[in-house]
Parts: sequence; structure tokens; C-alpha cells
Amino acid sequence: MDFLTILGDASRAAIGPEAAIYALAAIGLNMHFGYTGLLNFGQVGFMLVGAYGVAVAVATFSAPLWAGMLIGTALAIVLALLLGIPTLRLRADYLAITTIAAGEILRYVYRSNFASPVTGGVYGLTRFADPLYALSPIPPGQYGLGRLSFSDRSLWIMVISWSVVALACALMFLIIHSPWGRVIRSVREDEDAARSLGKNVFGYRLQSLVLGGVLGAAGGMLLAVYTQAVQPDAYNPVVTFYLYTLLILGGAGRILGPVIGSVIFWFILVFTDSFLRQAVGTGLIPAGLISATEVGALRFALVGIGLMLLMIYRPQGILGDRREMMLGDR
Amino acid sequence: MLALALMLGVLLAPWSAADAQSQSVHGTLRAPDGTPVADVTIIAARNGAEVGKDTTAKDGTWEISLPGPGRYTITVDVATLPDALSPAREGGQTLKDVPVPAGESRAVIFQLTTGTPAPGGGPADAGEGGGGPPQDRVVRWLDQFAQLLVEGIKFGSIIAICAVGLSLIFATTGLINFAHGEMVTLGATVAFLLNASVVGPQLQLIPATLATVAFGAIFGALLELGLWKPLRRRGIGRIQLFIISIGLSLLIRHIILVLFGTRPQPYADYTIQQEWRWGPVSIAPRDLVITVASLLVLAGVGLMLQRTRAGKAIRAVSDNRDLAESSGIDVSRVVLNVWLLAGGLATLGGVFFGLAQLVSWDMGFKLLLLMFAAVILGGLGTAYGVIVGSLVVGIVAQVSTIWLPVELQNAWALVVLILVLLVRPQGIFGRTERVG
Repeated sequence: MDFLTILGDASRAAIGPEAAIYALAAIGLNMHFGYTGLLNFGQVGFMLVGAYGVAVAVATFSAPLWAGMLIGTALAIVLALLLGIPTLRLRADYLAITTIAAGEILRYVYRSNFASPVTGGVYGLTRFADPLYALSPIPPGQYGLGRLSFSDRSLWIMVISWSVVALACALMFLIIHSPWGRVIRSVREDEDAARSLGKNVFGYRLQSLVLGGVLGAAGGMLLAVYTQAVQPDAYNPVVTFYLYTLLILGGAGRILGPVIGSVIFWFILVFTDSFLRQAVGTGLIPAGLISATEVGALRFALVGIGLMLLMIYRPQGILGDRREMMLGDR
Repeated sequence: MLALALMLGVLLAPWSAADAQSQSVHGTLRAPDGTPVADVTIIAARNGAEVGKDTTAKDGTWEISLPGPGRYTITVDVATLPDALSPAREGGQTLKDVPVPAGESRAVIFQLTTGTPAPGGGPADAGEGGGGPPQDRVVRWLDQFAQLLVEGIKFGSIIAICAVGLSLIFATTGLINFAHGEMVTLGATVAFLLNASVVGPQLQLIPATLATVAFGAIFGALLELGLWKPLRRRGIGRIQLFIISIGLSLLIRHIILVLFGTRPQPYADYTIQQEWRWGPVSIAPRDLVITVASLLVLAGVGLMLQRTRAGKAIRAVSDNRDLAESSGIDVSRVVLNVWLLAGGLATLGGVFFGLAQLVSWDMGFKLLLLMFAAVILGGLGTAYGVIVGSLVVGIVAQVSTIWLPVELQNAWALVVLILVLLVRPQGIFGRTERVG
């Protein structure tokens, strides 16, 4: 049992590109769920349109990368409007079911056979972000200490994605402390009160949905660029559940909640994963009990328990305010 | 390039859980003397709708990627065979009910002969490909429609059995139970353990199903007593409960994954059956029994709700919890009854679903969205509406495959859900009350 390896793996995941990408998508979700009280369970759908916006534009239509990013953003806005207009007038749980359904519809469409000339079907698309890597100022090589090291490519993506996360946090800070942000939170607290002051509740919710959706799409684009691949089944509903878990862990309705949540979430996830694999590998846990392949499934079960316990005992997470998280009936 | 994509797919696996599966059928077409046969069209179909085709290459190889695990009909287009060759047996150009598990590529062999196929037979009615006179096309379209309608009713009644409990739980407690899909999976896998697993007692499927339903009812009641009731007592809000049920769903699903494995499996009984044929419609006896049994159970639930004391109490609590409580109805008893009923029905639905397709670890989760669609279509919290909603969802999913790709069949059901929310958010049978 090599604890240094386990710690190295876990720390690498905690500051790696995945943590930044999940943090970004969760910042979008924080806009929806934390500040506006919208139950968006289709954040992965926004990530999917963002990722495929880039991938399809570049790999299929050989457009430049920046055009792909614009297309991804535009698609996220369209998706938010399509989802929001029918459901934002309804009770919160309708939005939850509709958004998760929309995410699945998108996944079915993108993986289908008839769309495969454009989307690559179940295999998806690969190698469309070369121009971005060509821009990298970091000379090739490995950087870091022992297990805690990154290739120049990962490092380059880390620089980009953590910068985007910092920008998004700054943007959120400005927005939430603006008059617009105050209205958004008043909509979450008491829709009728906001309405009685003459605020167009529906309009504000729709704006929030669009804004958070665009942030989600940005997360999807970074994910696509980082892995140099898009594959429809990577965008399944479980990703959204991950985002909720880490958002609630960090503290919904706090600027830094999703960032702290993402770092801790990835640390714990990879720590247990690495620990269990080592335990199986060294015979600490008899191999008959769990095989190495089943460890992957166990960590999802762990996320499930974590989400339940958090919601029962500490719905405000690490940073949050319990009074703000009294999600009642609406 | 493809190899690279595949490799990346493998690398990406941790991102995508175990959902990243693709399945296909493949083979090499050879003449009796072993020489490969090129340029022959092979067609894969499910429920009578074509899902993919391929033409054999110079070395006789072909491969068709399939939209999902299940049973497929694989056909050699006889019109594209070289004149000297024909299927070795009469009807040998079509292989029916080829089971394809998730994530696997299954080899399919067609035997060809240079002689005549078999006495009385011939490649007479194959390879028409829609080129017949218009009258024929209409008849064939009607035949296909009738067949898919039957499939849709079967699928819809399975959804209904699973979804009635979901709707009743919502009506009596306000909980949107995201873990309901896992009750379905649990039913299918427990029955598998009792019936087909090597470690189980290998009971015949019918007693195994009865035991499973009893288990499901008890499991539902235990969930209510051990989890949901204490949480409601703590005054935890409805949306928090909803998120907790998502956590529970992840937990149960992945425990099942560890215990059952990723490989979809069939039950030991009733898997290979000769289909019965009435006019244009053919149905396996197994599927007919599933459909009829589901509809009977649903009728029984309806009668129970309408006529019995316990059923009336359930309806009273659904209508107005406070009024029911003040009229002397023991609400927590009623809720417990609802969980017993919901657990039993969902596990029964799981066994039926596993029998109609295959048992797999995520079957319930895949069905969950369709259940939600059915519940919302019928009107959240109604008991009869959900049955109609389920049939609509099942029939839309199946019949859409006449015109549209089979991979999208579930997507259409979800599109219907969103459209209904646009024009009639309270559902087809919901009362017009403000839901916004």
C-alpha cells in the first residue's frame, strides 16, 4: 500500500483540468440552482451542445476553433430558450424532469446513426483542437514532482481552464452583487414578492437559465478540447448528478462554492478509487470480493451516499448558509 | 482513425461510467467452396423496422452497428446475391431474434448453397425492397403498423405497471421518486437471481416472480419506514427529498452493477419461443402473456382504488392530505400501503421488462424517463391518467420506428412530454389547477 501514490493521484485530480471543467459547469449550475432556485437537471445537455459545437464545426466542417466556440455558445442559448419557455412558468420539478429529458434526447440524437456523418455517431469525433495546442507556450515535457506531475499539454489546458474559472467567478461576483443579481435572489426567495414589485419573474428566470447554460457549454467545450474527443455517451445524466453533488458539497449560492466543491470532490473521488484499487491489488481486500473493474462502479455508489448524506445533514455544504438552502415548496 | 477513436473511447471510459457501449453484428459471407462473396446487402431490423445495413466487402466481411442491446432480425437481401447462390435452407436468408448483448459484436453466419434451397421453397418473397405496386405498399404499411401497435401496447403496459406506483407516491407524499427506476431493476435482477443465476435456487420463473413481487413490496415499505418517513418528520423540503432520491438511485444502481455485472442476461425460462401469428401480427406467447397480465394487474389496481376501503383511502389522501387526516384516515398507514403497492408493481414490471428484453443493471434507469413522461402526460398524481399516458408513450416509441430511426424511439416519447407540457401542463387527465 503506497499512500504517497494515492495522495499524488488524488491531488493531481483535485487541481487537474477535470476539476476546473467541472467547476466551470457547476458555476453555471450555481447560477440556476444556487441563485435562482431553478432545478436544472440537464446541465450535461448544455455541456454536450458546447462540446459538439466545437467538435462538429472543426472536425466536420473544418471551421476555425473560435467559430466552433461561438457556435457552441449560440447552441447553448437556443437550448436554454427552448427549454425555458415551456417550463419556467411551471413548478420547479417540471423543469427538472424536462431538462433531464432534453439532455437525453440530445444524447440520443447525437449518437444516432443518421447523424453520424456529422457527429460521428457512437464513436464521436476526435482531434479537432490541434490549433489550440499549437499555441501552447509551454515546452514539451513533464512538469511536477513524482506522481503529481502533468504533461505540457495538460498543463496548458489547466492554465486555460483555471483562468476561465477565475474569470467566471469574477463575472458571477459582479452579476450577483448587481441589481440584477438581487432580483434573481429575490425570485428564489419569494417569487410572489418579486412579482408584486413589478419584476418579470419569468424573464429573469429565462435570463438566468441562458447565462448558466452558456457557462455549462463553456465547460463542455473545454472538456472536448482537453480530451481532443467528443463521444455522446460521455454526456450522460450522471454527469449532472456529479455537478449537483459537488455544488452542494461546496455550497450552493456562494461564488466559490462550486470551485471548492469541485476540488474536494475530485480529491475524494480519486482518493477512494486509487485506495480501493491498491487495496485490491495488494490483496488487502480479497479479489473475490471486489474486482478492480468494479471499483469504478463503487465510486458512483459513493457519490450517491455522499449526495444523500449531504442533503440530509448539511444541505448548505461547506460555505453555504442554511437559511438560503431551505428549499421549500414553490 | 477508427482504431484511434475506439482507443480514445476506452480512455474516456471513466468519464462515461459504463454506459459507453456499442454493439454490432458482423460476419463473413462465403460461398460453399469457401470463396468470399462481395457486394451482398445485409440488413438488420428490430421490431420490423430497419436499423442498419451493410454491403459485404471484397473479402466477404460485413458489420452493422446496432442502436442498442436487444433481439434483431438479420436478413440477407437475396436480390443482391449472385445468381448461382441461394440460402442453404428455405427462409435461411433471415435469422430472427438474434440476441445482441450490450457492448458486444456478435458473429452471424449465413449458409449459402449453389443448389436449390429446400423443397417447395425459394427466395420468392424476399428482396422486394418497397418496389412493389402501391397497393402492396399500403397493405405492407398497415401490417407493419399493426405489428408495431401491438409492440407498443406491450411496452406501454409494462411502463404503466412500473409508473402507477411512481404516480401514487407523488400523489400521497409529494415525493418525485427518482429511485423508482432502481425498484424496476431490482425486480428484474432479484428474479434473475432466483431463476437463472448459478448461485440462486433456480426456481421456475413464475414462483420466482411471485417471490420477487413480495420482496419488492417489503423493500418499498422498508424504504418508506426507514428513510422517507423519518426524513419527512425532520421537515426536509420536497426538493431536498427529490435530490436525496437521486442519491439513492445512484447508490442502488451501482450496487446492482457490482453484484450483477454489466452484461445483459436472459431468464432461464420462456426465452426461445415460436411466434404466434394472426394475420399481419405475430407475437411470442411470452409477450402476449406479459401484455395480458399487465393489463389485468392494472385493471385490478383500478378496481382496488375504486372499490376497496384501502383504495378509497389512497384516493382521499391524494386529493387532500389534510382533509383526509382530519376525517380520521390514518395517513401514514395509507402512505405505507402505497409504498407496498408501488414496490410490488415496480418489481413485477421489472420482471416483465427483463423477460421482454434482457435483464441489465441500468434497465430501470433507462425506463425511468419514460415513466416520468407517462406520469406527466397522464397528469402528475393521477392513477388512471398514468395508464393512458404510459400506453401513449409506449405506442409513440414503437410506431415512430415506421418512419423514423429506431435509435430515436425513446426520444420521441420525451418530445411528446415536452410538447404536452407546452399546451397542457396538468396532463391529459390532470385537473385544471395552477401548477406554475
